[in-house]
Amino acid sequence: MRYTLTLVLILVFNSAAAEGWEDQAVFGSPDAENTLSIISSTDTALFSPMLEAFIAEQPNVTVEYFVTGTSDLDRRVRKTPEAFDVAISSAMDLQLKLANDGHALPLPNILHPSWAQWRQSVFAFTSEPAVIAINRSAFAGMEIPESRQELIEAMRARPEVFRNRVGTYDVRQSGVGYLFATQDARASETFWRLMEVMGSLNARLYCCSGDMIDDLTDGTIAVAYNVLGSYAQARADSGKAYTTILPSDFPTTMMRTALVSKASTNPKRAEEFLQFIVTYQSNGHHTQKALPPLAERQNGTERANIALEPALMTFLDTLKRNKFLKEWQDALIQN
Amino acid sequence: MTVKVAFSGSLRNRLVVTLIGGAALLALLLFFAVRSYAVQIAQSGQDSILEASVTSILDAAAIRNGVIELDLPYSALSMLNTVADDRVFYAILENGEFLSGYQDLVGQTDLMPSGFLFETRQIRDSSARVVSANRLLIGADRRIKVQVILAQTQDALSETLSEISRNAALFGFCFFTLVAGLSFWATKNTIGQLDKLTHSVTRRGPHDLRPFTKPVPREMAPLVTSLNSLMMRLEQSFAQSEDFIAEAAHRVRTPLATVRSYAEATLQRVDKEENRDAMRAMVKAIDESSRAAGQLLDHAMITFRAGHLEQHPLDLVELAQDLVLRLTPIADMKDLKLELDSPQSVPFSGDSVLLQNALRNLIDNAMKYGPTESSVEISISHKEAVQIKVCDFGPGFPAHEIDTLTKRFQRGENAKGTIGSGLGLTIARDVIEAHGGEIQLSNRSGGGACVTLSL
Repeated sequence: MRYTLTLVLILVFNSAAAEGWEDQAVFGSPDAENTLSIISSTDTALFSPMLEAFIAEQPNVTVEYFVTGTSDLDRRVRKTPEAFDVAISSAMDLQLKLANDGHALPLPNILHPSWAQWRQSVFAFTSEPAVIAINRSAFAGMEIPESRQELIEAMRARPEVFRNRVGTYDVRQSGVGYLFATQDARASETFWRLMEVMGSLNARLYCCSGDMIDDLTDGTIAVAYNVLGSYAQARADSGKAYTTILPSDFPTTMMRTALVSKASTNPKRAEEFLQFIVTYQSNGHHTQKALPPLAERQNGTERANIALEPALMTFLDTLKRNKFLKEWQDALIQN
Repeated sequence: MTVKVAFSGSLRNRLVVTLIGGAALLALLLFFAVRSYAVQIAQSGQDSILEASVTSILDAAAIRNGVIELDLPYSALSMLNTVADDRVFYAILENGEFLSGYQDLVGQTDLMPSGFLFETRQIRDSSARVVSANRLLIGADRRIKVQVILAQTQDALSETLSEISRNAALFGFCFFTLVAGLSFWATKNTIGQLDKLTHSVTRRGPHDLRPFTKPVPREMAPLVTSLNSLMMRLEQSFAQSEDFIAEAAHRVRTPLATVRSYAEATLQRVDKEENRDAMRAMVKAIDESSRAAGQLLDHAMITFRAGHLEQHPLDLVELAQDLVLRLTPIADMKDLKLELDSPQSVPFSGDSVLLQNALRNLIDNAMKYGPTESSVEISISHKEAVQIKVCDFGPGFPAHEIDTLTKRFQRGENAKGTIGSGLGLTIARDVIEAHGGEIQLSNRSGGGACVTLSL
């Protein structure tokens, strides 16, 4: 089975058409002696500066970089853990559950604050808020909403402008979308009211932040709710077509996490890579195009990140998930 | 004279070993007690959190439209967050059938009728605390038993335990050190009382037989009482001995002197030559007896006094002059001259009675063996050591007997015809040895014997 899978993977990799992958790339010399296989939910463009820096430091390593959605990533790592050395995902809950279920290799040598790691297995290296992105033209001559409540009011005031022109994650497909939605739902009832309003405007559902921003840029949608701030920021300057809002009522901030697969065939390199990204992210190599750093814990809970704790698994419970998805569909899919 | 005391162990060691052994045992007990208590508390802490978590999960279960609905509370797992990031597993069952969570948790746990069931077992390669509980939900037409199994690994617990163990060990060690120090101090203090008594016994003079009156600890009172009564008896015995010696000297000498004076008187009155010879022999025999008795008593007294020597400062020259003065009449009778050659004074510390006795015996001997018209030379010097030398012009010591002459009752071969008991040199030797000196016998080249006392 393992052999076949490896074979399939090699074939997949060799063929130009990447089967099932959103994207894939190879960094470093292809005939280097070590190969590091990374499965990630982060777009290659955002991650490449870091990978290139790593290759510069370790020229004898080739990095194979596979991009897929967070839910698919979780599925693949569970199915063929030996195929990947490192898993990087924005779905904290899925990553934590991977570690809880024993799929992550503990790396006791990496020094990282306790709030930013779990069991020395899951390491957070960015802080990324979920933002509301709005197309400037749709709000021309109007006040730009600062919070979810104001967004609800704006959409209720002019439903004709927003009909078919609001978008958010399809939480059934996207792991990070599900994480944002569940954390929002935990925080406030406003979330459900917003979902109902969005449902009444026949909201569009997306698998990923990238697609949402594409549609926002070309004016297909006027509002994108719970877009990954890092993605929006990376492309904000390009057209000035949209702006991002950090909701003032309550923010939902996710930490991107990395773990080393327990079945990794190259655990030493993988550990070095994790050490590298943890250090890299804290050393201020940040440009507009790169991933944001790990935010220090602010005073109070105002901008607190979603905590890396076992409770993240709550919404992954089958019963709980079914119930949540049912409520979400009831609110959002009304026709 | 010291008798070697047989030891049987040491009180100090026995005390120290008992106390320190006890302390070590107590420290060990303390360590294990604290540790096992901590284990219990830590375990019950984990148990109560697990129990609260399970309760909150069970509380969230409800029957809606005939179907079980379980809205897993976020707090149920949130409260299981630990410092060591322990892993959490759970399973939710409906009437024994798996609903959600971790299926591998089911199976070993049976469905309990009521209450919480706790157990510790291996789950996915780590030791975990497992709790299971259930709740009966009653719907419109059916009863559903919801069971929740919750497990948490014990990394934080074992971290806490190892920390507690470390602290308990440190605590036990400190306790041990403290008690060990205390027991050394207590032992030293207790033994110190014995040392104090020993010291005050040793420090006493040879004739100080007063009872001990200084306060001692109650436990030592019987010892001091016995010691006091022993000393009282010793004092009585000494007094009796001294009395006896004085009495005996008096009782023996007086009748002998009486008999001698009668014999002298009779000798004056008897004319027949053979009778006179008999009387002279009688006087000589009486003299010999009298002298022997005197020396015996002297020797007894010396033995008694030498055992516990009294030391007083005295002048040897003065002592010798006094003796020469007293013995001159007797020397005159024998036509002997006593010549004393000495510096102005030779201070010395010793028992004057004994020293005088020894010197007198030596001069006596010299007078006895020295021929008439000769002299007895007495010289005292103190260049390096104090030396007293008594020499005569008699026949000298027989060369082969020089080594044995100082033994008790030993008389030289050439002593026949001379009055004596053989105790003179013995007395001198005993006295000198009691003062830490030695006696030397030698013959002069020109004839005559010399006795040297080196002090």
